[in-house]
Amino acid sequence: MLKQEFIVPKSLKTTSIVLMLIGLVGLVVGAVTLLPGNALAQTQFWASLMHNAIFFLLISVGSLFILSATSLAQGAWIVSFRRIPESIGSMLYVFAAIAGVLLLSFVWTNNTNIYAWLQDGFNPHNSLNTLKNFFLSKGFFTFWTILVLVLWSWFGVKLREISVKQDTDTKGSTKLYWKNFNFSAGFLFVFALSLASTIPWLWIMSIDSHWFSTMFSWYTFGSSFVSGMSMIMLWVLYLKRKGYLDVVSEEHVHDLGKFMFAFSIFWTYLWFSQFMLIWYANIPEETIYFQIRMHGPYRFFYWLNLILNFVCPILILMPRPNKRNYFVVSLVAVIIIFGHWIDFFQMIMPGTTVRENWDKPFVLSLFIACGFVGLIIYLVANKLTKAPLIPQNNPLFKETIIHIS
Amino acid sequence: MSIKKFAVAVYDDEAVLFPAVKKVRSAGYKIHDVYTPFAVHGLDVALGQKESDLHIAGFIYGITGTCTALGFMGWIFTTDWPQNFGGKPHFPLPAFIPITFELTVLFAAVGMVLTFCYLNQIMPGVKKHIFHPRQTDDKFVMVIEVNDTNEAETLAMLQSTGAELTETQIAESDWWYGRFDKKEDYEIQQQLA
Repeated sequence: MLKQEFIVPKSLKTTSIVLMLIGLVGLVVGAVTLLPGNALAQTQFWASLMHNAIFFLLISVGSLFILSATSLAQGAWIVSFRRIPESIGSMLYVFAAIAGVLLLSFVWTNNTNIYAWLQDGFNPHNSLNTLKNFFLSKGFFTFWTILVLVLWSWFGVKLREISVKQDTDTKGSTKLYWKNFNFSAGFLFVFALSLASTIPWLWIMSIDSHWFSTMFSWYTFGSSFVSGMSMIMLWVLYLKRKGYLDVVSEEHVHDLGKFMFAFSIFWTYLWFSQFMLIWYANIPEETIYFQIRMHGPYRFFYWLNLILNFVCPILILMPRPNKRNYFVVSLVAVIIIFGHWIDFFQMIMPGTTVRENWDKPFVLSLFIACGFVGLIIYLVANKLTKAPLIPQNNPLFKETIIHIS
Repeated sequence: MSIKKFAVAVYDDEAVLFPAVKKVRSAGYKIHDVYTPFAVHGLDVALGQKESDLHIAGFIYGITGTCTALGFMGWIFTTDWPQNFGGKPHFPLPAFIPITFELTVLFAAVGMVLTFCYLNQIMPGVKKHIFHPRQTDDKFVMVIEVNDTNEAETLAMLQSTGAELTETQIAESDWWYGRFDKKEDYEIQQQLA
């Protein structure tokens, strides 16, 4: 008999609570030491909070994306562990609320240290400025942020709800399967207009208000998707280790590993395409973005970013046996998540007034990241107990068991 | 070139072929090869073939492509004919990356195709003995190498596995260059003998 009911192990619960406490301590210590200080100290605090809030929100959206994309493609392999991305997606609203409150508070308190475009009479671009001025306005920022966050959260809850309802549906009925199919299509439409295009421009790229790159959103999407896949991989391996998810075999893990491998290269491709065009054209208003990152105080993160997110995955995950080795893939998953966390750090920090003073925000970010990891573990583990770990009555269930990668 | 004696069994269905392969292997016979009209999933496992090393060859070809591209461009633009392109350094790595990538892919792809052809002994002009004319159509053919002492016993065993036809053939086991409208060398040799 399959072990269906997930019970949160005591060790996991303790770990998550300890991590959350570490995060909370970091947050309180950071707030006490930095907030009463000058504008720089305050920005250091808010920027590291923003870095983690955005990163953990976007990697959760990544798991909603793989869920919808495979539902739409009628992929069977994900059915064996689809409760994991579902749970992550349905807890998305917590992170959406944190990020939303944070970003809107920046905009409505005129925090020009983070978003320079909030200054009065600021023209992001002196010619052809009307559209960009509209895009970077308080009204549009608020409207679009709230709309996108609500839609993401709603789709996350909805996709989970449909899947759980299917468990008790009459056997052989495909009504809910097609409902899930249609909602997945809807989510992908929202996704294309949010995370895959406007949201990274609005939230992250607008920190460097004068600089722009149309590739930036895809590059951020690559980052969040590959680390989202790594997070799913860690959950799958953890549950397997605890004796759950018998139907997930080496073949499914191999496919997840392929995704991590392929999308690490995809991320590098986008990163490099963005970099090379700017490097080749050598226009000062564009190269300024890389000046501070490549030659300035963020040199270390810049190269670390490439090593962790490109060199490590491609070399370690290339051989087939490595993608089927649970220890190796979980190690690479941790490397990838940390690497993209570094990637987001060097996207966000240099553009704010933090600039060369990244030491305190980095330490603070590490602490807050622990808190967010604890929060994800706690929420998702609790959500996983609410329904059987293996979807019942899913028409693709047999196909997922005999899946060969 | 080596002419050998083979016991050939022709099967009608892969559902018969699989148990037959298992039975023959567990009886201790070494299967020369199995010919099927399409790729039968799991047959490689049933035959006990080890995983192909083609991907290692591919990695080596890819690395060769990378080194060729970087080495050649580096030599041209730093030593052989240095030029100033828009004030860029003489070894502008980012500008070389797309070409390096393309050559890596090209070397890996072409090299792997050629290696694949070599390993499977397929090439334009390369000819191999066909044990049964319908092995590329709808029949499954299992071939075991035999000698005079165990020939009868092997044929009897193959018969018992549900083969619809068993026979002995004397055939060339390797490939050779030749034309399909010409008689095969071993046929001529056989006629002479």
